[in-house]
Amino acid sequence: MTLPDTIPILGLGWDDLLFLTFAAIMIGSALLVVLMRDIIRCGLAMIIAFAALAGLYVFAGSPVVAAAQVLVYIGAISVLVLFAIMLTQTKAGPASLVFQTQAFPAAIAAAVLALLIAVAVAATDWSETGQLFQTTAENLGKELFANFTLPFEVVSVLLLAAVIGGVFLAKRERGGAG
Amino acid sequence: MLSFLDNVSQSLDAYLILAGLLFSIGAFGFLARRNAISMLMSIELMLNAVNLAVIAFGAFTPGLREAASVIALIVMGAAAAEATVGLAIVIAIYRNRKTPLVDEYDAMRQ
Repeated sequence: MTLPDTIPILGLGWDDLLFLTFAAIMIGSALLVVLMRDIIRCGLAMIIAFAALAGLYVFAGSPVVAAAQVLVYIGAISVLVLFAIMLTQTKAGPASLVFQTQAFPAAIAAAVLALLIAVAVAATDWSETGQLFQTTAENLGKELFANFTLPFEVVSVLLLAAVIGGVFLAKRERGGAG
Repeated sequence: MLSFLDNVSQSLDAYLILAGLLFSIGAFGFLARRNAISMLMSIELMLNAVNLAVIAFGAFTPGLREAASVIALIVMGAAAAEATVGLAIVIAIYRNRKTPLVDEYDAMRQ
């Protein structure tokens, strides 16, 4: 049995349906991240948003970046954020107010920003751009280690410095109240 | 029924509008939340939105191609560094002030 090329009732291709599903999951869980009251659940929703975004990277022709997204964001940064949440939770935390007093103007500003970006995207002539291009791991590796070696090394030094700085900032003072 | 969305996964506009939406959500979270870690998570959302825009431009612009993926990977590295230092600072402040809420960090105002 073979599937039809387009979905019968909706008139969409299967890849478009999957794209829209990923997009909806990403936007929905991103909204949950900023709106939910319990910050642990915000952190878990953030992981879902990152996973859906990794799917979108695959659609945009960059499977290597999608793999890096899973490793870096889902594997490393989310764990870091969840640990930080657990270290800084107070009993009064979930019960107290989640939003600042400027939340309503902030919502208006964010909506205006989204509208402006959408209008700018729709109004621009993108005829210079071509078809979707697939970036293979082989080409990306050649590019990264031939033409972008210096930025690559600079990022590694930056990460080392950040890790040392993070350990220094977060460690307890010896003999301090801590 | 939804045929206007046909080939939506092959159009640059869709990716850019998604990136704009995600960035706006992150901006709202950064401006509106009281918890310092929520603000850091919102920053991560905004960084991811920019990454999505970069990847989309790289996929559709013949002159960019692999360079866009390299840019995205470097942004990820910078974001990881930012998250490490930012969360360490939040934990250090929490140890002194016993609260993760940014509007109670008012020592420099007095």
